[in-house]
Amino acid sequence: MKVLVRSAGFLTSVQDLGRTGFRESGVSMGGALDTHALRVANVLVGNDENAAGLEATLGTLRLRFDDDRLVAWCGGAFSVRIADENLLAGHAGLVTKNDDLTITAPNSGGRAWLAVSGGIDVPLVLGSRSTDLRGNFGGFNGRSLCDGDELPLSNKQRFQINAPRISEWSAPATWTATDRNDPILRIVTGADWDRFTPEAQQALVTTAFAIAPDSDRMGARLAGPELQRVAPGDLLSEPVVPGTLQVPPNGQPILLLGDCQTIGGYPKIAHVTTVDLPIAAQLWPGDHVRFNQVTFSEARQLLREREKDFAVFRAGVGLHLE
Amino acid sequence: MRIEPLGDSALLVHVVEIFETEQSLDAVLRATRQLETARIRGVLDLVPAYTTIGIFFDPAQTGTFDEIRTSIESALQTSLEPARPRADGNTIIEVPVCYEDEFAPDLDEVARHAALSPDEVVRRHSEATYRVSCVGFTPGFGYLSGLPPKLATPRRASPRKEVPIGAVAIGGTQTGIYPRKSPGGWNIIGRTPLRLFDLDRNPPALFHTGDRVRFRKISRAEFDSFPA
Repeated sequence: MKVLVRSAGFLTSVQDLGRTGFRESGVSMGGALDTHALRVANVLVGNDENAAGLEATLGTLRLRFDDDRLVAWCGGAFSVRIADENLLAGHAGLVTKNDDLTITAPNSGGRAWLAVSGGIDVPLVLGSRSTDLRGNFGGFNGRSLCDGDELPLSNKQRFQINAPRISEWSAPATWTATDRNDPILRIVTGADWDRFTPEAQQALVTTAFAIAPDSDRMGARLAGPELQRVAPGDLLSEPVVPGTLQVPPNGQPILLLGDCQTIGGYPKIAHVTTVDLPIAAQLWPGDHVRFNQVTFSEARQLLREREKDFAVFRAGVGLHLE
Repeated sequence: MRIEPLGDSALLVHVVEIFETEQSLDAVLRATRQLETARIRGVLDLVPAYTTIGIFFDPAQTGTFDEIRTSIESALQTSLEPARPRADGNTIIEVPVCYEDEFAPDLDEVARHAALSPDEVVRRHSEATYRVSCVGFTPGFGYLSGLPPKLATPRRASPRKEVPIGAVAIGGTQTGIYPRKSPGGWNIIGRTPLRLFDLDRNPPALFHTGDRVRFRKISRAEFDSFPA
């Protein structure tokens, strides 16, 4: 069973929740830039949360399936159609054999994650089905999709498909539509916070930063006031994590995303909280972003609440799909 | 030992405060082994680098910071099982390198900077024993400490868009090998036929933090006949 990529869009790749266990060898975690969106979409179609789906970026992605599948998506302000019918974010929809599924990105940019019941059945590489686009391994032949590709699908669908074509039930909108105008991201202080001047610390939480054009899955480059250090000089490289706001010598921070390197030598002024990484994954050149400082226990509390809500959501979907 | 948060899904353990190759790496490796042995719930990855260890966890599977910190602190006080064959700091990996002109576009620049002949640069580079201080940048790229101080050369003012796979290079006080074709700003003085990162090998990376490395000078003919 497979899906034919009739049109691959601008940058579409196979992603799961990422690759762990090889970070000490310099292998990025990668995976869906918004892992929560992929988890939600997977739950909506009855998959394991870690099943491989597609991450779409810009352009129009058009897929044709050779059997019946449930699909669901979350992310930016995309427009998604099953044949002629609109599929809203966070709903499950039935695609029947020879239907086209069309996923069109907004002009304003962003990313979306699509789950297909059964999951995309590419081989595991270093324990993950994610595409490492810089390393050219994993996913579908280690690359982003091209027109005409045929992606294998797993037959392990967990339920009979007899729902109406588009489900009436859906996931919470805050999880499924993550694009925000000029968002405010919550941050916690970084290990090198004290290396920055009080003016830089103040500027980080009071100024809007523009997203610069050379941003990608490794990181969003920000443009704003120059964040200066108390004393310049080289630091030893240390491990870094997605969400890190690191500041190179030019004082313009880089917000690291899922494909970031495993270690870095630039000082870490702050980190975006895990619960706000979905919104960070929608930042696009031309957008502006602000930061609001929270404590570590607030960050952990927000995450605990989200996970509690997620467990309730997952149990609820289970009832619909049985 | 200082433990601090690295965002809300990771912690950074400062095992020592100042980097001195041998003592620092031995202490970091020992602490890494203690943490591995403890198998703390929710920990996904341990990344040792120079003086620190990054502990990456699934934030949904772990308790409060204080709880994680307590697990880490108690892990770091346990006595150790015998070392695994790797990461004991005693393995010496020999890396054949062809330093001939075609593979060494920056050898003259390094020689000029060191006020030595190119042959002398090669002799010193291949006589030293190095230690992998951390692995990163790209999969399998080891940052090697122990470069003879005379050979230290600043990174190129403008990085090359493309450095070939296997390029052996000097960047500041460190030396390293590019595991794949990539951009890079280090000074290239040779090339190895060894694969630094190979998905068909287990583990895929040749170098791990703490390993000892030596370079062996080989001819172009040996390079060409090296088994792939």
